[in-house]
Amino acid sequence: MAEERKELQKAEPLDAERVEQAPAFIPAVDIVETDDRALLTVDLPGCDESSVEVHLEEGVLTVRGRVKPDDFPGHDLTYSEYRVGDFERTFTVSELVDSEKIEAKVRNGVLELTLPKVAAAQPKKIQVKVK
Amino acid sequence: MLWPRTMRELWSLDPGQEMRRIQREVNRLFSGFIPSVARRVFPAVNVWTGRDDAVVTAEIPGIKPDDLEISVVGDTLILSGSRPPAELKEGETYNRQERETGTFTRKIQLPFRVEPDQVEASYSKGVLRIDLPRLEADKPKQIAVKASN
Repeated sequence: MAEERKELQKAEPLDAERVEQAPAFIPAVDIVETDDRALLTVDLPGCDESSVEVHLEEGVLTVRGRVKPDDFPGHDLTYSEYRVGDFERTFTVSELVDSEKIEAKVRNGVLELTLPKVAAAQPKKIQVKVK
Repeated sequence: MLWPRTMRELWSLDPGQEMRRIQREVNRLFSGFIPSVARRVFPAVNVWTGRDDAVVTAEIPGIKPDDLEISVVGDTLILSGSRPPAELKEGETYNRQERETGTFTRKIQLPFRVEPDQVEASYSKGVLRIDLPRLEADKPKQIAVKASN
């Protein structure tokens, strides 16, 4: 499992053909859950508020980040450990998420998404009466 | 077939830039020719080399610039820092944890020695950029050939 997630960290262009010429990378994500919300932290280096797009449709949450490729005139890329391109990842949102109240902020290339669950989806505590 | 929508768009194309993009694209296809290591390293870096300087970029999203330490020894750039894991509050559980955390140190050897006093680093949108000017004494010198009769 550990192996697999490292692989996912940034490689793997999507299988489906994209309209754009540049490949899309799968960003690394942390998901933290509580009873009333889910918090997604997505690494999107090279993105800011204006280049990140988040939408939820029919239980599928899509995160897209557009990244301008590096170009340093008069310089050649002589050593390369990573590639620059857009990010894209989709998540299936299994619980009822209150789409009106989703909050997103981007800071230092990291997207933080708060997905509040609708009241109906929150677990209810059931009191067991002991007779 | 896609065509530029207006002539203006057509004229605004910079052929040099397009050529460079294609060149990079081709290089990437044959990326075996570019020295690269398996991506187990964090942070991953790219090195761009020019005649008189080098630019090193690294993707390190979500850190404080103060947590980075950058130093140069001769022709080697040393980059270290840490990305602490988020602290979970009461009632929070990890569902998925893919983002790298912890401390890191990278040593990157550059193709030439650099002026340590003139190294500049900036951090924006989670990407670190370090500009490293080449040491004056290390720059290539043109040698004039004297003709002797």
